[in-house]
Amino acid sequence: VRAASGGMNPELKTTIDELVNANRVVVFMKGTRQFPQCGFSNTVVQILNQMESPYETVNILADDRLRSGMKEYSQWPTFPQVYINGEFFGGCDIMIEAFKSGELKEQLEVALNA
Amino acid sequence: TRAMSITAKAVEEKLAQSLEAQSLDVTDTSGGCGAAFEVSIVSSQFEGKSLIQRHRLVRELEQVNEALKVEMASIHALSIKKCWTPAQAAAAA
Repeated sequence: VRAASGGMNPELKTTIDELVNANRVVVFMKGTRQFPQCGFSNTVVQILNQMESPYETVNILADDRLRSGMKEYSQWPTFPQVYINGEFFGGCDIMIEAFKSGELKEQLEVALNA
Repeated sequence: TRAMSITAKAVEEKLAQSLEAQSLDVTDTSGGCGAAFEVSIVSSQFEGKSLIQRHRLVRELEQVNEALKVEMASIHALSIKKCWTPAQAAAAA
């Protein structure tokens, strides 16, 4: 779901499109997978580690343009933001809920076998 | 301060009306200052929706609800723990 609306810089949108399409799982987060700088971002990293899923992380603290751009692109106000197979999947609450229910496992299997 | 802090009960009432929730649990996790809530909802309105669509539905309700809007600005964290359909709730029971 590409929800990016009017005000967004087309180059930035292209960059984000490429990021979410080139990787099956991408986490836009505060900090890096080795050094998360917020508890919510850390939770998401821990869940993906436990699932033994391959994933890329993007540190939105390192780029203010990307930080505000992602909010608009996803139409979601907070971080982390997880993309699976090019689709916005959710933030920390959704990752926890989906992890507990088994839906995340399903989604990752679909994405990684696609 | 004059600003009345929002209560878990107020959040619960608004969500219950809007979502026709079968079951709803709002917990104040802020220690009473009304700045952080955890929400669990069972509603048939979640049928056929992905998790992100369910969470968006709940968040949109917060935004459009005039009674909550002003106070919602002062809520630091509304954490949605569960958005279940009645069938999911029954399976988990």
